[in-house]
Amino acid sequence: MTTLTEIKLLPTLILLVSCEYLAIFKKTVAMHEVFLCRVAAHPILRKDLNFHVFLEYNQDLSVRGKNKKEKLEDFFKNMVKSADGVIVSGVKDVDDFFEHERTFLLEYHNRVKDASAKSDRMTRSHKSAADDYNRIGSSLYALGTQDSTEICKFYLKVSELFDKTRKIEARVSADEDLKLSDLLKYYLRESQAAKDLLYRRSRSLVDYENANKALDKARAKNKDVLQAETSQQVCCQKFEKISESAKQELIDFKTRRVAAFRKNLVELAELELKHAKGNLQLLQSCLAVLNGDI
Amino acid sequence: MAAEREPPPLGDGKQADFEELEDGEDLFTSTVSTLESSPSSPEPASLPAEDLSTNSNGPKPAEIVLDDDREDLFAEATEEVSLDSPEREPILSPEPSPAITPITPTTLMAPRIESKSISAPVIFDRSRDEIEEEANGDVFDIEIGVSDPEKVGDGMNAYMAYRVTTKTSLSMFNKNEFSVKRRFSDFLGLHSKLATKYLHIGYIVPPAPEKSIVGMTKVKVGKEDSSSTEFVEKRRAALERYLQRTVKHPTLLQDPDLRQFLESSELPRAVNTQALSGAGILRMVNKAADAVNKMTIKMNESDAWFEEKQQQFENLDQQLRKLHASVEALVCHRKELSANTAAFAKSAAMLGNSEDHTALSRALSQLAEVEEKIDQLHQEQAFADFYVFSELLSDYIRLIAAVKGVFDHRMKCWQKWDDAQVTLQKKREAEAKMMLANKPDKIQQAKNEIREWEAKVQQGERDFEQISKTIRKEVGRFEKERVKDFKTVIIKYLESLVQTQQQLIKYWEAFLPEAKAIA
Repeated sequence: MTTLTEIKLLPTLILLVSCEYLAIFKKTVAMHEVFLCRVAAHPILRKDLNFHVFLEYNQDLSVRGKNKKEKLEDFFKNMVKSADGVIVSGVKDVDDFFEHERTFLLEYHNRVKDASAKSDRMTRSHKSAADDYNRIGSSLYALGTQDSTEICKFYLKVSELFDKTRKIEARVSADEDLKLSDLLKYYLRESQAAKDLLYRRSRSLVDYENANKALDKARAKNKDVLQAETSQQVCCQKFEKISESAKQELIDFKTRRVAAFRKNLVELAELELKHAKGNLQLLQSCLAVLNGDI
Repeated sequence: MAAEREPPPLGDGKQADFEELEDGEDLFTSTVSTLESSPSSPEPASLPAEDLSTNSNGPKPAEIVLDDDREDLFAEATEEVSLDSPEREPILSPEPSPAITPITPTTLMAPRIESKSISAPVIFDRSRDEIEEEANGDVFDIEIGVSDPEKVGDGMNAYMAYRVTTKTSLSMFNKNEFSVKRRFSDFLGLHSKLATKYLHIGYIVPPAPEKSIVGMTKVKVGKEDSSSTEFVEKRRAALERYLQRTVKHPTLLQDPDLRQFLESSELPRAVNTQALSGAGILRMVNKAADAVNKMTIKMNESDAWFEEKQQQFENLDQQLRKLHASVEALVCHRKELSANTAAFAKSAAMLGNSEDHTALSRALSQLAEVEEKIDQLHQEQAFADFYVFSELLSDYIRLIAAVKGVFDHRMKCWQKWDDAQVTLQKKREAEAKMMLANKPDKIQQAKNEIREWEAKVQQGERDFEQISKTIRKEVGRFEKERVKDFKTVIIKYLESLVQTQQQLIKYWEAFLPEAKAIA
């Protein structure tokens, strides 16, 4: 008897697995789309040749993954960067804008990290509950097919309800994941990228200040003055250039962030409403049938 | 000769059968029709009435007792049938396999309809009258509430006292509304007394809530946290459901121990209910012995009804256990969801605080508020998941264990009867031997012993038939109750789900404009 039930449920199982796959696919597609749009909107990156090749080349791109050596290089680079970052961050910035941004980004990044983790846990619990609905539905079905009293009709109707409601709950979980968890994850990485940008600017500021000191020393000793002057000028240019673009990037970051949150929060609320209304309708029509039966 | 009467074997249960017969899809149809086709099967109707006085601890032999509350209104019906049926021979054959046939439905139908207007042909207590009429109308005018858990005493001797309030208009009680204070072991004591009196004759006595050493110790030690309040609430609700089920049973309601439990202000303490007491250990030993015995009894089941029913209950037990496990998992995950939502709400609030864009900051704080309300919602839903759905399932799992116990008692009863017949046979052989050896004094003794065992065989047969009848009726009543209970609970549970969704809609509808307002 159990095997028969399982066989009957097989098409449902297949559907469930494909629904899961579809949900994950949707998610991945969305993430990629956001990434490409960002690159396309960037004034400098959009002109990059690699980007054009990616968009236009209509045959297979043979992208090589990082080999061991490259991965090791990355690892060391990160180590150096974080160590350096600590040193560099000790330097106080004269510019108010950047000083504000630095404090803001530090706090924001940590909080977004926390929110992203908690949102993940929340969506996972939602999914577990939806899975439970599934098991309850099949248990009720088994009860309904085996019962000989009038309650069997009840069981079968409620089992059907749980099956349908389970799909809605699974979609709620998937949508929360897409609109909330993914948003937060994305801005976690964005805020990290912004922090990295600030680090690079601070690095270049330190270099500039070091070059200034070197120039003063050279002038005092009257040795290699020209070399020191050129070096200082290069550092100055670099610093000013990076400051300018960083400022623009950070302003853009804020605009984009606000727009993305707005879009996602609105969509989240709309989807939650849609699903809650769907659930409500299912429940109410089931109750009407059951109450009519009594 | 005094009028012979006995309870119809399928009292209330038969009502359900009639309804199902009309639907044409019931199991009983097949059982009943096969039995209809065998009119020559012996009927127990002509046996001298049996019944148990509710005040004794066991069935009284060969006594026409009018205490039973079911027999009366159907007396006419049974008498009609019994007059028509062939006289039955007392079974003294070595193979005790009576075909106990339920009284065919057609004969019962007509008198059944009149039964409500028949004034009882026999004089019996007004109280039983009331109960009988109410049982027919399925309305019991008695309401039980268990409330106000209160800790009494200190340290390891502390215990929880619960207030048991009864509201009733039944005349067997002294007052219409009264309440007493009882502790958990009092409930266990009540159950123990009822079980001793009624289980072995086939009545399904509702099981009492389970003991929990861990839970009680926490309360005793004085932990005032949410888990011990939850434990006390869970127990209070379980005790209430236990009493409500017990008073719904027409026979148990008449029991003086039950009345004493509900009414009297002082109750002798039931010490034998303690797990590690002498009585407790004896119970465990008996349970083990029973389990072994069950395996060795080979009963000739001539009545397919019992076999079918046992199988049905076995299946139902398995299915309910599976469902219960899934619902418990849901309760657990819902509680997790509630906790995670609360954590997220706090985190979102913090994020909103550090966000320097004003409108977005406000929207994030609003989101945090919505999620906090939703977390409360999840908590309440988990509460409903548990108290409405999960607890019903666990109650029924324990009830079915009681039903299975009753079927086991029937087997033991059969065993006793069978043993008596074997012994009788031996005594007869012994007598024959004495006859040959011609020892007059020994012959007399043998004859005495034969008479003694003949009586025992007769008693055994009566007992077996009685318990079989009672079980049929009890199972019928149980099934009716089960259908009613599940319907009520499922609808209540779905209504709780509806409420949750309605609240969710409210919250998100309030948030949407806030999200759109981000500029």
